[in-house]
Amino acid sequence: MAVVATETQFRVLAVDDNLLDRKLIERLLKTSSYQVTTVDSGSKALQYLGLQDDQINSPSVSSDQHDINLVITDYCMPEMTGYDLLKKIKESSSLKDIPVVIMSSENMPSRINRCLEGGAEEFFLKPVQLSDMNRLKPHILRGKHKEQHQQQVLQNNNNTSRNNNSNKRKAMDDEISPKMTRPRFSSSLTVL
Amino acid sequence: MAPTALQEKLNGLVNSMFAEGLLDEQFQQLQMLQDGSNPGFVAEVVTLFCEDSERILAELTKLMDQAVVDYSKVDAYVHQLKGSSSSVGAQNVKLACIQFRQFCEDNNKEGCMRALNVVKHEYYHLRSKFETMLHLENRIQAYETKQQS
Repeated sequence: MAVVATETQFRVLAVDDNLLDRKLIERLLKTSSYQVTTVDSGSKALQYLGLQDDQINSPSVSSDQHDINLVITDYCMPEMTGYDLLKKIKESSSLKDIPVVIMSSENMPSRINRCLEGGAEEFFLKPVQLSDMNRLKPHILRGKHKEQHQQQVLQNNNNTSRNNNSNKRKAMDDEISPKMTRPRFSSSLTVL
Repeated sequence: MAPTALQEKLNGLVNSMFAEGLLDEQFQQLQMLQDGSNPGFVAEVVTLFCEDSERILAELTKLMDQAVVDYSKVDAYVHQLKGSSSSVGAQNVKLACIQFRQFCEDNNKEGCMRALNVVKHEYYHLRSKFETMLHLENRIQAYETKQQS
């Protein structure tokens, strides 16, 4: 069982139209010490994130926005797929830095690549397992670093310290680069 | 019956379900997620699975009863059931769903009707074992609660 030794609890938004899968992902995340909110559709997820349909390009953070550190979503959902949700999040200036993980029961390389190219951090094959939860933290931490870096850039008028921070961030990105190391997504493959 | 004997009976039942292929290692994952803070987790998930499955089987029966079968609707439901059974570790049900989807793809009505019967058969077989399992769990937990009070 993953033990998260941090003071802050990270918040995850889980999206799945299947009630049983929502129960499961909720338990997996809570067992791994995340605070969890579950919703059953992409549109409810966007609402929860503070984004109404007509506000996709709004630069300001809506007062309804909850502070979410990661979104984990099923791919196959009616009306709005996990991929559609991913795109809407990545196209939103206020939400684009939130890491998104996609889950699917279908092991389709074309689907997986499409999601990763669309900005998903990882692709989990269902059924998602406890060991998969360990893969979330690096993405959350990188998201937080991006957030903090942006805040520092806005507030900081000291050139030296800004340069140091951006070097640190670059090193972090190189270490945990999401795009190239993909074999991991099939490490929890359940043989059908 | 003494609680240890009940526990042994429960373990024996679950082990036989694994041995028969009714359950796979995903069910073990669910068992791992049950602990003191969440003692009813497996029961909750199993109950949800049964409710969901019966809803889907009823819809499938209706759809297969039509003169002209809408295979895409049938496939969508079978996909849902396959997902739920996979999540709960219901291996035989999941495998039956995979076969069913193949017949859907081929628009094979007779194949689909047979596949639906197989899925039903596997599901009801599993359900009766689940009922015994939950009954034993309840008795064990009732005993433990009594001990604590």
